Amino acid sequence: MKFLRTIKAEDMEDIATGGAVLGTGGGGDPYIGKLMAQQAIKRYGPVNIIDVDELADDALVVPVAMMGAPTVMTEKLPQGEELINAFRQLEQLLGKKIDAVLCGEAGGVNSTTPFVVAAMTGLPLVDGDGMGRAYPELQMVSFSMHGVSATPMVLCDDKGNSLVLDTVSNAWTERLARAATVEMGGSALLAFYSMSGAVAKKAIIRGTLTLCAEIGETLRAAKSEHRDPVAAIVDKLGAQQIFHGRIKDIDRRTVGGFARGTAKFEGVEEWRGHSFQLDFQNEFLVATRDDEILVTTPDLITVLEAESGMPVTTDALRYGLRLVALALPCNPQWQSDAGIALVGPRYFGYPVDYKSMF
Amino acid sequence: MIRIGIDVGGTNTDAVVMDGSTVIAGVKAATTADVMTGVVNALKDVLAASGMAASAVDVVMIGTTHFTNAVVQRRDLAQTAAVRLGLPATASLPPMVDWPEDLKQAIGGTWYLAHGGNEFDGRVISPLNEEELLGIAADIKAKGINTVAISSVFSPVTSDFEKQAGEIFAKALPGAHITLSSEIGRIGLLERENAAIMNACLRDLSAHVIAAFRAAITEAGIKGKFFLTQNDGTLMDAAFAEKFPVLTFASGPTNSMRGAAFLSGVKDAIVVDIGGTTSDVGSLHKGFPRQATVAVEVGGVRTNFRMPDVFSIGLGGGSHVVETRDGIKVGPTSVGYRIITEALIFGGDTLTTSDIVVASGRYELGDKSKVAHLPADLLARTQVKIMQMLEDCVERSRLSPDPLPVIVVGGGSILVDGPIGGLEVIKPNHFAVANAVGAAIAQVSGEVDRVYALAEISRDAALADAKQRATDAAVAAGARADSIEIVDVEDVPLAYLPGNATRVRVKAVGELHVA
Repeated sequence: MKFLRTIKAEDMEDIATGGAVLGTGGGGDPYIGKLMAQQAIKRYGPVNIIDVDELADDALVVPVAMMGAPTVMTEKLPQGEELINAFRQLEQLLGKKIDAVLCGEAGGVNSTTPFVVAAMTGLPLVDGDGMGRAYPELQMVSFSMHGVSATPMVLCDDKGNSLVLDTVSNAWTERLARAATVEMGGSALLAFYSMSGAVAKKAIIRGTLTLCAEIGETLRAAKSEHRDPVAAIVDKLGAQQIFHGRIKDIDRRTVGGFARGTAKFEGVEEWRGHSFQLDFQNEFLVATRDDEILVTTPDLITVLEAESGMPVTTDALRYGLRLVALALPCNPQWQSDAGIALVGPRYFGYPVDYKSMF
Repeated sequence: MIRIGIDVGGTNTDAVVMDGSTVIAGVKAATTADVMTGVVNALKDVLAASGMAASAVDVVMIGTTHFTNAVVQRRDLAQTAAVRLGLPATASLPPMVDWPEDLKQAIGGTWYLAHGGNEFDGRVISPLNEEELLGIAADIKAKGINTVAISSVFSPVTSDFEKQAGEIFAKALPGAHITLSSEIGRIGLLERENAAIMNACLRDLSAHVIAAFRAAITEAGIKGKFFLTQNDGTLMDAAFAEKFPVLTFASGPTNSMRGAAFLSGVKDAIVVDIGGTTSDVGSLHKGFPRQATVAVEVGGVRTNFRMPDVFSIGLGGGSHVVETRDGIKVGPTSVGYRIITEALIFGGDTLTTSDIVVASGRYELGDKSKVAHLPADLLARTQVKIMQMLEDCVERSRLSPDPLPVIVVGGGSILVDGPIGGLEVIKPNHFAVANAVGAAIAQVSGEVDRVYALAEISRDAALADAKQRATDAAVAAGARADSIEIVDVEDVPLAYLPGNATRVRVKAVGELHVA
């Protein structure tokens, strides 16, 4: 089997940075996940990343992820065995050996969680994920569009409880798992969406873990060479810089357990005199400039600190911050009717159609 | 009210005497290895310069980088045991997991995980187990360790377990220094625990240093109370500071920025503090330093302190000036405190930025004849380079295109000549001792960081409760109740949690109450 990359403990820094950029403001700070992955790699050895085409069609692939409130995970750190327990229990349930680990969500903390399982099991980790970014709900993965069921799914908590779900739809899995996660103390770890190699080749969004590593490398190199990190990222990703400005107003509220809000900006430098608005629900979902909608989900809207180029989460938005907003094209899978139905602006309650600038 | 402000830095100990809001006198003295002698000297000098009797002094405020330096240099740190309550949760990442190896070794790297901890909504993760804690205490005792840091999951929401564990350890380890994480930090277990451990390992040193301050003040004949300044530019009394030395970590830049605002009378500005080796640049908003948004590392350890957003470059009054193939190079190396023997103007043989300024005739210092030979072209090009370096970092700190003034303070301010990047430069009186002034004018604060379930109480009631708690904390810290203002309110809804869980942070600030 050919490895694309071998990830050592120190390489997790870049992956976590890249994961935060793809997190588009949500998905949780990858810091805790990065530390867990580093611990696992130090103890069990490095993680090998493979292209999905390396998998046999009848291979068994299983994604893992953290579910719940990222803020809770920064306070109630995992016990450490939850992910591997979920993974092994699902393997037992399926009655077949798992051949490779997959990332569910390459944006935010879940860019790092699959590395823990890959290190602990010695299994290869497939280069790709189900989102190519971060999204708030469990059914919002490309796997859903290819008929892959989230269940059987195993959800584990820090106390040793585990829950097996068998549901009629991925939307129901989200609903039931969400309630269980709250009972488990606001954060839980899970293994789900088991699929064959043949399905994975069609259903995943390819190359996103390599992309995370490359984004991290780009930012780090720009900083050490004293180049503009924002410009370096724009070049690297083929992104559009859609605004540069300061936050002048933030309005937040919680609706149905999700943090919703609006951040208004006033332009500086080349955008002086222009206005800009970001609507977010954990992730940045709609960008409006001078009263015109510029870009919406599923395209990626990511926000960087103007000086350091470091990604900023929706939680960290504060009055006066000087930020640069970038737009990145989403994976074409999301642009299908099924994709827009799952994660388009109307699903999140914005009365607008998907708008892309790419 | 007569106040004395003192700034104890790595190189200099500065002192000012203030009567109300007027600076009567300011002096600089060398910092000494024992700390106390330098403070005694500065106090004697400043009292003499002000013509003020020691008995007239109401209060002394001290800002110091001594504790930060101890962590950065890994010296004078006590062997410390970190005890975390939260099992079975949190076992994946033990205490100090992300610390630099040399710092972990400097304090012994001893940690324990025990049962306890709470969920976000206050539910118990697992009950406290007294026997387990007594076993840990026995092990700590056997190791000869006398300093304990206790953290518990979600202790900013409920601190009962930390308090109970603290009592158990206090009984089992008589005389031990015990730090509870809930007394120091906010939500974010690793960062709060890091702060608690760093605080604990500084407790022996803080007892020693605070005693030295107290002895120096007594020796100077001053009877007034004394305080230390903390990260946010507010005060803590000496007994509190002895328990929480970690709260002084960023007081240096905070004091110089607050002092600059006070001396210049300007509340919105960029502040450049030029020392011997580095220049620190930050921005002032309504008289307070703008805070950093990212996690701040101290000595390589991640913390979640609120610290001023300060950018440093290697440019100071002692910076080396070297002609290279690519033109003039200034800094980042510096002669530092050895300037008084190594710079040309003091008879040394190293060309420094101060030599350039004196040779240009812009400032009188040392022996001018020793730099008379420097070519005019070198002087001009070096000055251009210095101004370019300053312009770059001022630009970084600018928050808006508005033409904010730049306030220049610190002993190295003599380097600045004219506007920086087209922005007006203000060099206030007493610019060299701005951080001692910042210490002298410090206020008293109280802060809360709690999670409220807005399904149970209204947002207004939650904010009112948080404001009351912050106000009470400020009064407990020594603020005059009638002077308290709420200066910072932030509420962030927590995603994916029921009951509209919202995290509220409030800070209250007031004038020091002098009895």
